[in-house]
Amino acid sequence: MASITPKSVPPAVTGVDRDLDMSEHSAAIQATGVDFFYGELKVLFNVSLIVPERSVTALIGPSGCGKSTFLRILNRMNDLIEGARCTGEILVEGQNIMDPAVDVVLLRKHVGMVFQKSTPFPKSIFDNVAYGPRVAGEKNRSVLADLVESCLKKAALWEEVKDRLTTSAMSLSGGQQQRLCIARTLATNPHIILMDEPASALDPASTDRIENLIGELCANYTIVIVTHNMQQASRVSHQTAFFYKGILEESGPTSKIFTSPSKKATQDYITGRFG
Amino acid sequence: MARSKTQAWASQRVFRYHEKLIQSVLFLCAALSVLTTAAIIMVLLGNAVYAPGEKKAFFEQVSLWQFLTGTHWKPVDGPAGRFGMIPLFSGTFMVALIASVVSVPLGLGAAIYMSEYAAPREREFLKPILEVLAGIPSVIYGFFALKFITPWILKPALGLVGLELGTFNTLSAGIVVGIMVTPLIASLSEDVIRSVPRSLREAAYALGSTRFDVSARVVVPAALSGILAAFLLAFSRAIGETMAVVIAGGQQPIATLNPLRGAQTMTSFMVHASTGDSAADSISRMSIYAIGIALFVITLTINLISGWILRRFREVYQ
Repeated sequence: MASITPKSVPPAVTGVDRDLDMSEHSAAIQATGVDFFYGELKVLFNVSLIVPERSVTALIGPSGCGKSTFLRILNRMNDLIEGARCTGEILVEGQNIMDPAVDVVLLRKHVGMVFQKSTPFPKSIFDNVAYGPRVAGEKNRSVLADLVESCLKKAALWEEVKDRLTTSAMSLSGGQQQRLCIARTLATNPHIILMDEPASALDPASTDRIENLIGELCANYTIVIVTHNMQQASRVSHQTAFFYKGILEESGPTSKIFTSPSKKATQDYITGRFG
Repeated sequence: MARSKTQAWASQRVFRYHEKLIQSVLFLCAALSVLTTAAIIMVLLGNAVYAPGEKKAFFEQVSLWQFLTGTHWKPVDGPAGRFGMIPLFSGTFMVALIASVVSVPLGLGAAIYMSEYAAPREREFLKPILEVLAGIPSVIYGFFALKFITPWILKPALGLVGLELGTFNTLSAGIVVGIMVTPLIASLSEDVIRSVPRSLREAAYALGSTRFDVSARVVVPAALSGILAAFLLAFSRAIGETMAVVIAGGQQPIATLNPLRGAQTMTSFMVHASTGDSAADSISRMSIYAIGIALFVITLTINLISGWILRRFREVYQ
């Protein structure tokens, strides 16, 4: 049975060095003893996880395991859900974001999010990227133009759209829309980017571009990504956390999780025995 | 033997009388409303455009051009009669315009509050109240305008700036009609605002938006065409509104854009004239049908445009 355990992991995308020594990086996110409830239903049990800064952490696990819920706790997105309740401590760069005094508007500028379904606003490409800065009060046209250009460049979309910034974002392809959403997130100048299955609705070529983009971005941003795709998790992440039935079963360096997991459930999941 | 039985039940159709009966009754229900519409159009056309036999229809005596561009409305028989609809038209549009100024911000504000701000329990409480507002008979609104809004609110308020207000005026009529159509705008707009996908709101919140940013910069722009359709429908309701305008707006057919004076609208003229005692085939009586057709064309056009906009809006999100 042990023979099924993969001894090799697919090569990482450029920019993701899986042998990186994380002890050098300070913690961007430090979650301790997090419990989460939807009304009476408890969906997360005592989750503790440290996310090192400027690295990629992949959250994996079968559907309904709580990985997306955990991700959405990190920018208090679950506040929007009626009856959601969370206990425990989550430090983002040293500040406890569970504190009721925390300003979620500022938190979400600091901790950006990219969703599974690309969600461009029905506005022009330019206005989509400029949305965050505008909400933050930036009005200067040339500052906005510079920002839009640099964010679109970082999201590897500039060359494709630079001649049609005023056309509707709805006219872009699915993969382009998702990169636009990444550019839009970058425009609020976050330190941390949460990605909720950012490529699961995309074709292989677009998925490839998103994965390469993650490799580029992790030099400057801390990224937490939820993915169903085991190969993707192993390609893009430094650290992997495996969730099962609301419990964080195991977390550690991606190369270790994918070659010699210490829990049987982890091994069964990554070898495709369930999920 | 068993096999032949199987064939028998499949090949013989049972004729179910009650099914046929139900189908016929339902068809009649549908047909009746279509027939009613057709009959109304026939009656309007038969008196206004072409009358069979001896009597002459309205437009056989007054040219369409004269009717549409004339600025005097004096619906009497004989040489003194003047049939230019501009005074009635201006009265109608004054009322509808004032009603829009009142109802658009109120209705849209209520819709945004209900869909974006209110807790579910608050919404359950607010919606029925709006429906009560929509259920009050328009006669009552008319008296409310005449006996309360005009003498107790508008007169003192306008008196402070030295303006004189007539007992009958289009301002108070427009205001109550605005209050009347506010629930319509609120409930239609709330429907379209709520159909903006949740994912769009979440994306906006994730970019550091406040609730107001989400409403004003993302949700309302995304629902704009649907909201516009709601405005148009309410405008068309305001144009067709009758009783409140008859009571509060007065009966003088004068072409004026001064909301402090009374003015007759198309609908209030129709009420006024049909209670009069002119002969059935006189031109003064037939002018009612001409105004009726004009009203019908205006509201039908607005409703069609609004329906078209709504359909296009739904295509975007469904």
